[in-house]
Amino acid sequence: MHYTLFILILPLLSFVVLGLMDTRWKARTAGTVGTCVLATVALLSYFTAFSYFFGGHREGGYSAEIAMNFEWLRFTSPTEGNLGGLHIDLGILLDPISVMMLVVITTVSLMVHIYSLGYMKGEKGFERYYAFLSLFTFSMLGLVVATNIFQMYIFWELVGVSSYLLIGFYYTKPEAVAASKKAFIVTRFADLGFLIGILLLSFYTGTFDFQTLTSDNAGVFAGAAGATFMGASVLSWAMALIFIGGAGKSAMFPLHIWLPDAMEGPTPVSALIHAATMVVAGVYLVARLFPVYVVYTPEVLNGVAYVGAFTALFSAVIACVQTDIKRVLAFSTISQIGFMMVGLGVSKMGGHDGLGYMSSMFHLFTHAMFKALLFLGAGSIIHAVHSNEMSKMGGLRKYMPLTHWTFLIACLAIAGIPPFSGFFSKDEILTATLEFSPYLGIWMSLTAGLTAFYMFRLYYNIFWNRAYKIEHNHTPHESPLAMTLPLMFLAAVTCAAGFIPFGNFVTNDGQHYHSHLEMNVALASVAVALIAIGLATFMYFKENPLPEKLAKTFSGLHRAASHRFYVDEIYLFITKKIIFKRISKPVAWFDRKAIDASMNGMANFVQAKYQQVRPFQSGRVQQYAIVMIFGALILAGIIILFVR
Amino acid sequence: MITKIIEFIENFLSSGVPMSAYLIVGLIMFFAGVYGFVTRKNLIMVLISIELILNAADLNFAVFNRYLYPEQTEGFFFTLFAIAVSACEAAVAIAIIINIYRNLNNIDVEKLETLKEPDETYREIIRS
Repeated sequence: MHYTLFILILPLLSFVVLGLMDTRWKARTAGTVGTCVLATVALLSYFTAFSYFFGGHREGGYSAEIAMNFEWLRFTSPTEGNLGGLHIDLGILLDPISVMMLVVITTVSLMVHIYSLGYMKGEKGFERYYAFLSLFTFSMLGLVVATNIFQMYIFWELVGVSSYLLIGFYYTKPEAVAASKKAFIVTRFADLGFLIGILLLSFYTGTFDFQTLTSDNAGVFAGAAGATFMGASVLSWAMALIFIGGAGKSAMFPLHIWLPDAMEGPTPVSALIHAATMVVAGVYLVARLFPVYVVYTPEVLNGVAYVGAFTALFSAVIACVQTDIKRVLAFSTISQIGFMMVGLGVSKMGGHDGLGYMSSMFHLFTHAMFKALLFLGAGSIIHAVHSNEMSKMGGLRKYMPLTHWTFLIACLAIAGIPPFSGFFSKDEILTATLEFSPYLGIWMSLTAGLTAFYMFRLYYNIFWNRAYKIEHNHTPHESPLAMTLPLMFLAAVTCAAGFIPFGNFVTNDGQHYHSHLEMNVALASVAVALIAIGLATFMYFKENPLPEKLAKTFSGLHRAASHRFYVDEIYLFITKKIIFKRISKPVAWFDRKAIDASMNGMANFVQAKYQQVRPFQSGRVQQYAIVMIFGALILAGIIILFVR
Repeated sequence: MITKIIEFIENFLSSGVPMSAYLIVGLIMFFAGVYGFVTRKNLIMVLISIELILNAADLNFAVFNRYLYPEQTEGFFFTLFAIAVSACEAAVAIAIIINIYRNLNNIDVEKLETLKEPDETYREIIRS
């Protein structure tokens, strides 16, 4: 399966060519080249997925397959007992989740490429934008097919860089620059945990390789047995630190602060990176190392579940009061990733116990599709209205029918209404959660209800509520075909994806699992969703003073939620008031007054002395000649008089 | 008195020129050259002074060879060699001087300062 290499090489080539050509190519050429390359890559991925899942002799389930591998750096030579030594490879690993991710990434990326042809038309830096998109696609694909945790880390950072570049695409806007820096620094901070986790894990197991780590080979972890640090085993520390890396990328509480700000980037970028692909990298990471989590560190896995559950509800509450439509979607993304984390956290190995894992991956798949659809729809609306604020919208359904219908489908999907895809995946997560712990299940059901509520609040505020106020003779109009085509395609996928028998393809032990609808859970969750939608309809369908009144009644809660529960303020307080003031300032003072000053003092001393010596070097040859002659005379005199 | 002088000249001519006479001439030429090199401001004059110094040295070579080792010829050859070298050097130096004059309209050694760094501004540049 060597052709899979082209899935990685083509976007990289596209990035290099587009980046080098920059404005030498017309914007249109650059866009077409980027899109065509992505289309090829998407076709290749579909072919890979098809031949992996349906390529015969797979009746006994799916096993991981190394398409290619190449040893890049070797640290220790192979000896007995450490499994071939420690070395970093670069390769391509195909297993159910990586193949599924290939399909998700290339599909969403292709849609975003096509969409951007319309959305970014006439923007300054259009070519640069497509180059960065290619770079991102390359790094994300490299991340999912990584054969070992270090290769994943390399691409993990590359993804972070391309996210930074794309958030800061409008680099003349100070908010965008600040947001890109924030995203980069926060995720970098989390990646520090990831790196330490990798080092710990590889130190004790002697391998980076995913297959060695996740196979049933208990000998790998023998080295870590008994080693403890501060009351917990070293392995737990390692896995928890690796999860922190994942939590940073996946915007789990309390590292979620960068994601809402990342909405300063162009909307298609938000759809691609901050909704569908990069932010699920953390989920993917946990899923990739799932066998290690579940067998050796179940307590960390429980932690994953609780962090996910808290984040899900926390950000759902915030999403209910945000007024910027992209911010609402951002918090909704955080909440849905929380769902995926919970799904992973409550899962066990194999068969029905592995339902959580399967449903989490399923939710990742469906969420990528409908959240990309929501973001692209939001982009279409912003394109028409030229504003992100809900108050500037309302009554748009007449002007943009296609956007309206596709947005509605996505809203229904995320709210969990059958037969749209979100229903199936969310329902399975809820089933798995209820089996794990009823309280957590109820908590997650509540979150699901809130999801339905805020999504329909958003929907009504955009498309119904009040008549659109036409300003400066500017009538909003439907977006061009380049933008509506991806919307329709993703809407079709959203309608159909729920019926994919996902358990047949992706489970954590590779065996087929025939999931079936848990009727009680399904009915309950649909009822909750319907009640929430009803409530939203009641409050936001027409202009209604009720939301205002409620906001006044619960003014404290409302204010806190619209300030995102002051998490950003806490961060600012910690960084500005404590770290900057109490630590950085004295350090900076020491640096300037002690280290720099001693160096400067030496330089100044030398400089002062040189001023005194300087006249001697006048540059006048005649002066030199005099000195030389007299010197020679004196020397001659000394020799004649005293040397015998 | 006159007879004494005639006698001296007769002796002088009959015994040949003593070595010290040549050396005194060489010495005068050398210090005249050094003096000119140090005091003259015109580059041409400086060049002529250098030639004087060289010729003084050449003279010494020839004299020492002639008086101390008359059966050998290294000193003469060295003199010839030095004359050739100084001729080349003069040609190059004059070419340089002409170019300097063409560019700067000036061959005063005191005023040729364009390659020299300015005094205070240089410190400013270092500081900034």
